[in-house]
Amino acid sequence: MDIHEYQAKEILARFGVRVPRGGLAYSPEQAAYRSHEIGGNRWVVKAQVHSGGRGEAGGVKLCGSDSEIREYSSALFGRKLVTRQTGGAGKLIGRVYVEEALDIRQELYLGLVLDRTSERIMVVASAQGGMEIEELSEEHPDAILRMTIDPATGFLEFQARELAFGLGLQSGQVAEAAKIFRACYRAFRDLDVTMVEINPLVVTGDGHLVALDAKMSFDDNALFRHQEISELRDMSQENPVEARAADRGLSYVSLEGNIGCMINGAGLAMATMDMIKLKGGAPANFLDIGGGASPDRVLTAFRTVLADPKVEAILVNIFAGINRCDWIAEGVVQAFTKAEIKVPVVVRLSGTNVEQGKQILADSKLPIATADTLAEAAEKAVAAVAARQAA
Amino acid sequence: MSILIDENTKVIVQGISGRIGQFHAEEMMKHGTKVVGGVTPGKGGQTILGVPVFNTMKGAVQETSATASIVFVPPPFAADAIMEAADAGIRYCVCVTDGIPAQDMIRVKRFMRRYRAENRMILTGPNCAGTISPGKAMMGIMPPHIYMPGRVGIVGRSGTLGYEAASQMKALGIGVSTSVGIGGDPINGSSFRDILELFEQDPDTDAVMMIGEIGGPQEAEAAQWARDNMKKPVVAFVAGLSAPKGRKMGHAGAIISAFGESAQEKVSILEGAGITVAPNPSSMGETVAEVLRRHALAA
Repeated sequence: MDIHEYQAKEILARFGVRVPRGGLAYSPEQAAYRSHEIGGNRWVVKAQVHSGGRGEAGGVKLCGSDSEIREYSSALFGRKLVTRQTGGAGKLIGRVYVEEALDIRQELYLGLVLDRTSERIMVVASAQGGMEIEELSEEHPDAILRMTIDPATGFLEFQARELAFGLGLQSGQVAEAAKIFRACYRAFRDLDVTMVEINPLVVTGDGHLVALDAKMSFDDNALFRHQEISELRDMSQENPVEARAADRGLSYVSLEGNIGCMINGAGLAMATMDMIKLKGGAPANFLDIGGGASPDRVLTAFRTVLADPKVEAILVNIFAGINRCDWIAEGVVQAFTKAEIKVPVVVRLSGTNVEQGKQILADSKLPIATADTLAEAAEKAVAAVAARQAA
Repeated sequence: MSILIDENTKVIVQGISGRIGQFHAEEMMKHGTKVVGGVTPGKGGQTILGVPVFNTMKGAVQETSATASIVFVPPPFAADAIMEAADAGIRYCVCVTDGIPAQDMIRVKRFMRRYRAENRMILTGPNCAGTISPGKAMMGIMPPHIYMPGRVGIVGRSGTLGYEAASQMKALGIGVSTSVGIGGDPINGSSFRDILELFEQDPDTDAVMMIGEIGGPQEAEAAQWARDNMKKPVVAFVAGLSAPKGRKMGHAGAIISAFGESAQEKVSILEGAGITVAPNPSSMGETVAEVLRRHALAA
């Protein structure tokens, strides 16, 4: 789960990271009012959307008066910000964050991630802040420092110092930097974070280290023990079909193509999508209906797939282990009457109770194409789309 | 022979009193697995499916001399159950549970390092379908009838895609020595490489089918190890050719977040290491058959 910048800053501040003074606004008037609360004469207004690259997309601006803040933020509210990470649809701006502008002397990069090679939390830092880490690792791979943390001891002081000296910080700032590094680690560990990124972490004119931006993602599997984090979820930043599917216990990812997919198991789902692509088609979604799927669940899955208007055919591929092909087949038949399916459907069943399942489909006399193999199913779905488009 | 489990392996079911644990314990017994007991804290002294239930893993191991356990414990408590098994002297543990927090698994992996390598429990999973040595024993949730006993090992992240491979092989008359699911989580007990090492040492395995997917470094690491150390042929498939970068595809670990983690990149790394990669998921069985023919090995 992702959260907004202002929420990440609030959390990190609680752990001892210095952040600029700022205030959240839900309207242009409130944004202007925040500048008076904060004081000073220069402010940064930042669109709050779950995406990086907001600055270059026009979602961040330095303002010199409250009227300028009001004007700029009125242009933001209600608009969808399209960044290089959001895709063409963009993300709705419903909140704006106003911050004091700082005198910046140097920009650093600080990130913490789950490293799958060492199976530990890894701290990544660079003296070249402000750039995306992907860009940085291509252009200046030597400028990136990495350190993995032993979960039994945590982030030790000498390690944090080593990292700070490695960034070329002056003696006066090393202690403050080490404190920030270790604070981020504690937040990461205590709150089941999967990614923290402070980019840039700046050295100000008066020599302090301040988190100018902050990004945090949390482990969905651990939200059960962090009620306060779950409450930070902003549904307006999520794809509505994906969010609805997730609430119904379906794993669904919306994609660009036109063949709706309904499969059991993540690996088989990916393989089926691959097969569609190899046959010249394009999947409209990833959907894993999971184990032990009842006819009801199959119906819900059909409704989820059909909620995408791009869908021109549906491919159902089930290899039943704990699932039962007869239940799946019943679900497919029910979906025809209850979900008003107007696109061709191809069903491939295999595994537990496959003969009963096939019989149910045949007895229904519904226009359901069946297939015995993965390749045949994909071929039929791609052909069905082509026939529909030709008609 | 086979790897990890056979008809003599004594198995404890952790979470046997739950609906899911009990259902699968019964299926495992039907396939001939020696389930000798279960553990559910607070339910010690009961009998379920004709076997005794214990409060602790230590108690279960003492009474039954079990050497293996399978975890059907809900996600918040599963990591603790795995560590309890390791501490009780269990040699092989399968964790089926999906949804364990990643940092719990970091803790599990760190905990296991307190044991010398030769005494360390082997863990496969979490978030896997389990392990089966067809005709001998099964620790998992797979449909056993799709596996034919034989001499090809299978190792994969995905359950159902593994079923797909096994049934394609069976249709061609190719049997399986052992099939091992290592699970779809980013931090898991055994890697592809760990299981390849076991298959390489197993006199009853002639070749290995390895089923990978997008995300993580394990396929590349296994490719390098196989190139340098394996005499037996390896056939591979990598799912997720059509998966976009940065999106989680069902499995917590199936996400392309770094260089080398896409399906295309993994395929070229595997091929570079001399591993034959099945061109599509419908041809996993045929590719295994062809490689067996090339190496003049019987199925």
